[in-house]
Amino acid sequence: MIATLIHIFLLFAGLSLLAFGGGNAIIPQMLAAIVAHGWMTGQEFLDIFAISRATPGPGTLFVILVGFQAAGMAGAMVAFIGMFAPPGILIHVMARFWHGARGSAWYGLVEAALGPIGIGLTFASALALVQATEPGWLGLAISAAAACVLAFTETHPGWVMLAGAGVMFAGS
Amino acid sequence: MLFLRIGAVSFGGGMSAWIRREVVLKQGWLEDRQFLAGLALCQITPGANGVNIAIFTGSLLRGGLGACAAFFGLMAIPFVVLLVAGGVYFANQAAIRNAGLGAALAGVAAAAIGLMMANGMRLSRRNLKGVAPALITLATALAIGWFRFPLLQVLAAMVPVSLAVTWWGRRA
Repeated sequence: MIATLIHIFLLFAGLSLLAFGGGNAIIPQMLAAIVAHGWMTGQEFLDIFAISRATPGPGTLFVILVGFQAAGMAGAMVAFIGMFAPPGILIHVMARFWHGARGSAWYGLVEAALGPIGIGLTFASALALVQATEPGWLGLAISAAAACVLAFTETHPGWVMLAGAGVMFAGS
Repeated sequence: MLFLRIGAVSFGGGMSAWIRREVVLKQGWLEDRQFLAGLALCQITPGANGVNIAIFTGSLLRGGLGACAAFFGLMAIPFVVLLVAGGVYFANQAAIRNAGLGAALAGVAAAAIGLMMANGMRLSRRNLKGVAPALITLATALAIGWFRFPLLQVLAAMVPVSLAVTWWGRRA
């Protein structure tokens, strides 16, 4: 039990510090580790991912359900702390030093260089989820349609997800 | 207290947009310029962007105490909601599948994948200028999302490349 908790903490604490450009960046790596540990199947992972998108809060909050499934309530707490404490402390420290770094040349350079990589990581997560779940043509069509609607209009994501659920339900 | 409300309404990600609305437009705690700088900082540091910007704001306004207040305010409601939703899901997994709700959940997941793609598309449109950054984005996305190379190795390879390209582009 303790060993599992330590595993959970180390997994999420390590991954949390790699989540450049947001939590989506680490989904491929997380999915592989969770399935390898036997904590969840790929399908369950996708389901809780969907649930966490349909409920309020940051998308990465679904790690508490991974922890819960692996080791109960203690697992959920440990996953939560592992996932959010390391980047949180980092950003707090960065905020304190922020005024000193403002305007320096290296800052702009680093920021500009990390941009394309962050965007690539976002697409990578979408690809990995598609690969992990083999959604079929209807699922792919929903993803593509949702992507277009959300990228080119100001529709609230909640409505699009509701529509996706409806279409899939009707089509099954 | 304010972040409690933001946490409750921020469905489906896109949290930083909600935070900007409250912190900059409604409360006037930060100027837009300060907020955007914070957002850039939060994107180059690891972690969920919405969570990071909340901590950043709290930290700037009230130091460590403010950072903690912002974080726990933001997370309290989503944490409980998601844990309950997840508990219901795992307790009734078989029943949910039988009722065809599995299909509905798959629809939400497909739409959520679409949301991720849309995020990538919006970010690309705003931030990718020129062929080289676009290639870096594409290479990162395929290496991790499709070929499943480990995240750390890909970052170790792509970050120097992107830094060099950016530096070269600015010199020319």
